[in-house]
Amino acid sequence: MTKKTLFDKIWDKHLVHEEEGKPSLLYIDLHLVHEVTSPQAFEGLRESKREVRRPNLTFATMDHNVPTLNRTNIDDPISAQQIETLIKNCEEFGIKLFDLASPYQGIVHVIGPEQGLTKPGMTIVCGDSHTSTHGAFGSLAFGIGTSEVEHVLATQCLWQIKPKTFEVRVNGSRPKGVTAKDIILSIIGNIGTAGATGHVIEYTGQAISSLSMEQRMTICNMSIEGGARAGMISPDEITFEYLKDKPNMENIEVMIKDWDNLRTDEDAQFDKTLVLDANQMSPQVSWGTSPGMVTGVGNKVPNPKNIEDPIQRKSTEDALDYMGIKADTNITDIKLDTVFIGSCTNSRIEDLIAASKVFKGNKVASNINAIVVPGSQLVKYQAEKLGLDKIFKDAGCEWRESGCSMCLAMNPDKLSPGERCASTSNRNFEGRQGKGGRTHLVSPIMAAAAAVNGKFVDIRDYDIDWGDY
Amino acid sequence: MEKFINFKSKVMPLNSANVDTDQIIPKQFLKRIERTGFGEFLFFDWRFNDDGSPNNDFVLNKSEYAGSQILLAQDNFGCGSSREHAPWALRDYGFKVIISTSFADIFYNNSFKNGILPIIVDTDLLNNFFMSAQNNESYELSIDLNNQLIEDSDNKYSFDIDPFRKKCLLEGLDDIALTLVHSDKIDIYEKKYF
Repeated sequence: MTKKTLFDKIWDKHLVHEEEGKPSLLYIDLHLVHEVTSPQAFEGLRESKREVRRPNLTFATMDHNVPTLNRTNIDDPISAQQIETLIKNCEEFGIKLFDLASPYQGIVHVIGPEQGLTKPGMTIVCGDSHTSTHGAFGSLAFGIGTSEVEHVLATQCLWQIKPKTFEVRVNGSRPKGVTAKDIILSIIGNIGTAGATGHVIEYTGQAISSLSMEQRMTICNMSIEGGARAGMISPDEITFEYLKDKPNMENIEVMIKDWDNLRTDEDAQFDKTLVLDANQMSPQVSWGTSPGMVTGVGNKVPNPKNIEDPIQRKSTEDALDYMGIKADTNITDIKLDTVFIGSCTNSRIEDLIAASKVFKGNKVASNINAIVVPGSQLVKYQAEKLGLDKIFKDAGCEWRESGCSMCLAMNPDKLSPGERCASTSNRNFEGRQGKGGRTHLVSPIMAAAAAVNGKFVDIRDYDIDWGDY
Repeated sequence: MEKFINFKSKVMPLNSANVDTDQIIPKQFLKRIERTGFGEFLFFDWRFNDDGSPNNDFVLNKSEYAGSQILLAQDNFGCGSSREHAPWALRDYGFKVIISTSFADIFYNNSFKNGILPIIVDTDLLNNFFMSAQNNESYELSIDLNNQLIEDSDNKYSFDIDPFRKKCLLEGLDDIALTLVHSDKIDIYEKKYF
């Protein structure tokens, strides 16, 4: 029998139709919907008089546009219209919606796992590139465009050309202060933003399997920043333990027997493999305008003069120019204006607990405006039960309602031109956090330490017990 | 979807690598609930200065390239967010073909759904096209999808494309209708697993 990778096993099980030389028709187990990429899809259904084939496999939330301060009154009329449109569409087509009044509302990739919607072995899609997050559970999860959203709504299937497989093995164990975020930033720095184009990554190795589920989500979340179609991690005891107390987990013991086979066969072949050593990794800080432009906190930003390739040299020059940083600047000499802790990458309870350890008994530096945005209302509730909100507020941070917030700045949370931000989000593109804004991607503990110091510092110098974080 | 028809056009050279969909269409324009009207916001932050005046250094604002239906870009075009607003904006502005050395997966996929043909060429050929378009703004390319050829006044270059995607573009096929032909198989799948 052919040896199969985890990806192959899920792919094969979901094949509805296959023909030589054509894309395959794949069944989709879970479709997550949000307000920004769905209105045109629902409109398309109406125009062609089609129904949603499986409303019970489709779930919606509002996250991209929502204000994190006053949620009862959305000032921007166009944002309000998009949210209203989602409410109407969900009513008309019979789709369960976690709206702003729901105690379970939140970022789509935070609430899927929280609500037990995300399960191992599933195919999961959403009109959002960070759908790769759900691969942490050993599911095949990827972002799609609005035409495909419409297609899945109408047929519960999707045409896909089979991607290649890419094993990223991270051996060893993380040094203290090196988090899952630093692992994934190191990987992207290594392979580049197009390094995994056309591939599905499976993350393996001791440094991956020792991670908690929330940390695994951080890793899989940023697979897209390496160009991957999806990222996945084989489910194990840690996965099953996480899922046991989640909703929608009736018969979990029976399901676990199935899930237990969801691992790459020994001797199965990947199309390519990269091996890295976690012991060699350091806390990462992005210095440019693409997530591959990243380096260790102890390093300097690069000098374009030392880059031979003309396109890469120009990209580096343009990035430093946009970022307003001189070549060869020490990362720890970069002063900041804003700190954002949140996003589908790093807004879960473990992220907030770790960040709060840095803030406890400290104050945010006078030059810094720090905001903490929990990934969901449930995370917010958990954090407040632990008293984290008080720690953040005492330190001088703003404590907000859940949503995507300053990760993409579609709501009122945005940077002003020239403003420099340490952000726990996933993209440092030009203008991503607001036109002219400058983003440095870091882990939550690096962001918190930057908030306290007004500039980047090496989190390894802190004598804090991070637990498993 | 409209059928893809072979054409000849001027070529706009956008000399940047890793152009992400946040640049193609910035987030403030994602709030519309229609598929049309995005062209005027294409590359907004690069195209306009802070005071709203056009940035004359940006290639889209150079009159000599006006009317180009072919866009050249460096490696990894369309990376980042899955927003289909990016191909909507490109298409609405008038681009029908994008030529690069590589495209991000989701953008590549989204392009075909909107009648845009993304063509992958090797670095030497791309550099060739860039040189020609930068040195001669009236440089034109013909696109022949049926025969998978890019042609200028001197040469013909062939390109690869998935045959199914080619057929869909040429015939302007609606994906959903194609899928519904297989409804019986979807029914069988659902009976087996649900």
